[in-house]
Amino acid sequence: MIEIQNLTKRYGSKFAIRDVTFTIKKGEILGFLGRNGAGKTTTMNIVTGYISASEGRVLLDGHDILDEPRLVKRRIGYLPEQPPLYQDMTVEEYLRFACAIKEVRPDAVRAHLTDVCELVKIEDVRKRLIKNLSKGYRQRVGLAQALVGNPEVIILDEPTVGLDPRQILEIRTLIKRLGQDHTVVLSSHILTEVADVCERVVIINKGNIVAQDNLENLTKGIGEAFRMTVRVAGSENEAKRVLRGLDGAKYVEPIGSKEEGSHDFIVESDRQSDIRKQMFSALSKAGMPILMLRPSDITLEDIFLKLTSDSEEA
Amino acid sequence: MLAIWKRELDNYFKTSIGYVFMGFFLLVSGILFTFNNLFGSSGDIPAMLQSISMVPIFLAPVLTMRLFSEERKNKSEQMLLTSPLSLTSIVAGKYLAAVTVWLLTLAGTFLFVLIIGAYGNLYWGEIISSYVGFAMMGACFIAVGELISASTENQVTAAVISIGINFFLWVIDSVIYVVPVKFISAILEWFSLYARFDPFARAHFGISGVLYFVSFSVAFLFLTIRVIDKRRWSEG
Repeated sequence: MIEIQNLTKRYGSKFAIRDVTFTIKKGEILGFLGRNGAGKTTTMNIVTGYISASEGRVLLDGHDILDEPRLVKRRIGYLPEQPPLYQDMTVEEYLRFACAIKEVRPDAVRAHLTDVCELVKIEDVRKRLIKNLSKGYRQRVGLAQALVGNPEVIILDEPTVGLDPRQILEIRTLIKRLGQDHTVVLSSHILTEVADVCERVVIINKGNIVAQDNLENLTKGIGEAFRMTVRVAGSENEAKRVLRGLDGAKYVEPIGSKEEGSHDFIVESDRQSDIRKQMFSALSKAGMPILMLRPSDITLEDIFLKLTSDSEEA
Repeated sequence: MLAIWKRELDNYFKTSIGYVFMGFFLLVSGILFTFNNLFGSSGDIPAMLQSISMVPIFLAPVLTMRLFSEERKNKSEQMLLTSPLSLTSIVAGKYLAAVTVWLLTLAGTFLFVLIIGAYGNLYWGEIISSYVGFAMMGACFIAVGELISASTENQVTAAVISIGINFFLWVIDSVIYVVPVKFISAILEWFSLYARFDPFARAHFGISGVLYFVSFSVAFLFLTIRVIDKRRWSEG
């Protein structure tokens, strides 16, 4: 649906993004993942036509955003990192203005706004001034603005930044719901968020795309080990020796002491062998009780760190 | 364009800016009218307009300073620039909103005309001509201010630079006489808004004067579009 081809953005001799190429398929929820400053916002700004690329192009169903801006922009709704709100307007006035500039037919405005406000749950604040709203509500008003005109593609740049945990959950649920009948691009530096919501992930680091795949494939290969965090009472060297002596323990690494008289370790084993019982007996025999045992399965963080450190080394 | 015009116009009167502009303009022009026309027993409307013609130099930037700089600062311009609206219609909509407030304000000075009409004779040709000239000159100051507002993120900077440029446009006639190089004085002459307003005030205006004012505004609006467009190519 959207083809992003060889996008490069230069500021003087510095590259914000370099040769960024990926596609956004119709109907999918795509995660666009990267650390702060990796080039996510620059890419999103170019895709939505806010700024122009130094090189490369963006095509929506074959239409170039530079050649046919009106046609393409009508089909994309954008919520930038900072919602583009007018503080001195009420929510109602603001959304009516959004309808006017996004060419919603005047006779359809009323019904459309009712739908949008209901979807993002802002019916109760429609008459209030935007400057008096909480951050969570402002974010939702920003989201409502992106939905006005019923665009096929919705692009959300860090939509949960600065929200409290309850609000974050609400926004995520909403994004999943939007994904049912829109193509959604979710840019984020929060890996669990992308893992929770997205089907496919594009990872960007220092302006370059380092991976793009679905989550299953990205976790395959790296995710074949079973990993846990263990807190053992006793000396670090002794505990390390016992743990390393276990059959099936592939990797044992001390990660410091968080509780007096104890030490924490990361222990990895093969997926096939469960070494927990063996570990319990061995440590007990050595007179070092286990104070805590927590499975820490390989997460997207690990994939991300691996990918980004690989590309840093390269 | 209509949506932008309406939002900006609403904003002028939702914030204090519209009232401040109208209030100050009418206060200053009222004082000048009182001294020149009432105390001076003069029924000369064009002379009255000429005496208040310096007021928009300082006040037009009040209308224009926030047009783009505020949008840029609040990031609300992202919504405008990623909407299907063309840049031309955004720039034109904002310009027309400021011009509308200016025309409404100018309409307020018609009270002076009515007062003079009640006690003396009115020469309508002269009055209409000088009002048309004055209105168009003010619209040129607005176009200058809009360009400056699009060039900076800070409203105060926008206002100060606009006042500086307007002031320069005002004194340009005096500058022309002291510039020894003919080529430069010829260029400067092109920018003299007051030299073009003068024939309007004496009811001696032709189509060339109207064309001058219109093209002056259009040129600055075009530059505004270029400035915003250029930033999209160079900045992030």
